[in-house]
Amino acid sequence: MSAELVISNVSRVFPGVNGGAPVTALQPTNLDIPRNDFVTILGPSGCGKSTLLRIVAGLDKPSTGSVTLAGQPVKGPGADRGMVFQSYTLFPWLTIRENVAFGLREKGMAEKEKNEIVDSYLDKVGLRGFENHWPKQLSGGMQQRTAIARALANNPRILLLDEPFGALDNQTRGLMQELLLGIWEREVKTVIFVTHDIEEAVFMASRVVTMTARPGRIKSITPVDLPHPRHYTVKSSPEFSALRLKLTEEIRSEAIAAATDH
Amino acid sequence: MQPLQPIGRGARIALGILFFVLFFAFWGAATLGGFVSPTFLADPVTMVKDGLYLLTEQGFLTDIGVTVWRVVGGFVLATIVAVPLGVAMGAYKPIEALLEPFVSFARYLPASAFVPLLILWAGIGELQKLLVIFLGSVFQIILMIAVGVANTRRDLVEAAYTLGATDTGVVKRVLIPANAPDIAETLRLVLGWAWTYVIVAELIGASSGIGYMIINSQALMATGQIIFGIIVIGLIGLISDFFFKAVNRRLFAWRLA
Repeated sequence: MSAELVISNVSRVFPGVNGGAPVTALQPTNLDIPRNDFVTILGPSGCGKSTLLRIVAGLDKPSTGSVTLAGQPVKGPGADRGMVFQSYTLFPWLTIRENVAFGLREKGMAEKEKNEIVDSYLDKVGLRGFENHWPKQLSGGMQQRTAIARALANNPRILLLDEPFGALDNQTRGLMQELLLGIWEREVKTVIFVTHDIEEAVFMASRVVTMTARPGRIKSITPVDLPHPRHYTVKSSPEFSALRLKLTEEIRSEAIAAATDH
Repeated sequence: MQPLQPIGRGARIALGILFFVLFFAFWGAATLGGFVSPTFLADPVTMVKDGLYLLTEQGFLTDIGVTVWRVVGGFVLATIVAVPLGVAMGAYKPIEALLEPFVSFARYLPASAFVPLLILWAGIGELQKLLVIFLGSVFQIILMIAVGVANTRRDLVEAAYTLGATDTGVVKRVLIPANAPDIAETLRLVLGWAWTYVIVAELIGASSGIGYMIINSQALMATGQIIFGIIVIGLIGLISDFFFKAVNRRLFAWRLA
């Protein structure tokens, strides 16, 4: 069976600013992601991991290569690829309920069906009782939970997350990881999760893809065979520690390369 | 006083009123005390008397009504034209490239300088008055809205696209609602400017309105009437401002949440 998402030979070169030399953000990259895989992309900042994700989302165009999802070439952004951003991107003029319903309304779904779906996802992310609040009234963690519900309610083929918990405090981040993993274990979805947090990358993933410092390319792919359902206590297991150590070594050399580059 | 430290509601209102009292006290002292000749500046008591005379004997309420109608009429016309154009310019770069240089140029054309031309084209009727206000407001509104829409948070637009929004969907469901409060604020601001244009329009070739009364009073050296007219404009401006703010607060509760 062919992979759900095929990234073939994708690279991205940004034109130089004010006549400067062009900047290669991403070297030609190949990656196949099978259906229902949970892949985390790990790398130092500026390694092109967000660029790669944005290209998959269709928000950026590759300089070479192509992305195909379920056999269809990606030409631009679409509802089949849901995205959760690092910045808080709830629409501030819509209530939590209206935010989650945004994509369904855009599809023109009937009111009753739409409400059922929205309610079920508000339940899943634990935001019942906050339906009629404005995003501003919610904490950062709650806003990102809403953003996840909003992306999932649209029933995308693949869920793309760009450091979604990067701006949250440690405790909230831990809870959010468990919440998202719990949803994935029950619903089974193809997920690409970009992060620079090694522990997060190991805990969430079935495979961790590491990237080199700019110009980015894939450095290694590490399968994570920790059993599901995963509990946060797995983070203190010897298997987890071994994976974390291995990836720390890999990322460390890249982070040093990135730091001395400038 | 600590910088940025908020004060209570009562203190805020009292201080706001206090300055009006100070202003009138200073004015009263200067005129009633005999420091300024009544030929140049009437005292507050004369101003109030002149005001009552205008209202009761001269039918000044009709003048006020005419002026308000001109401001609102010209302003509504400008809004109807400018808001869609401003949104289109902010949203679509080719439209911006087409119109932005001209609108930026036209914005600096003084509306008052068009009065003689407009009289030539539209006579001295109501249409001419409306056109002065229209010309004075329309380019300002277009430009301010276009800038706001063009600066809409890019991540919100991207989020809408990844949720399956179409290009027109992004305009209707992201660009317009995201900028609605700023559009309303722009309109509130420009309405204030429209009041200066209407008086200019009424100073020349008018037979009614607050501006007409003011220019008439000049011939009679009735400074009390002139000041009363100016204060009436200030009061109407204050009331419309208050009304606009109240409506904005209701419509855009999400901003204040």
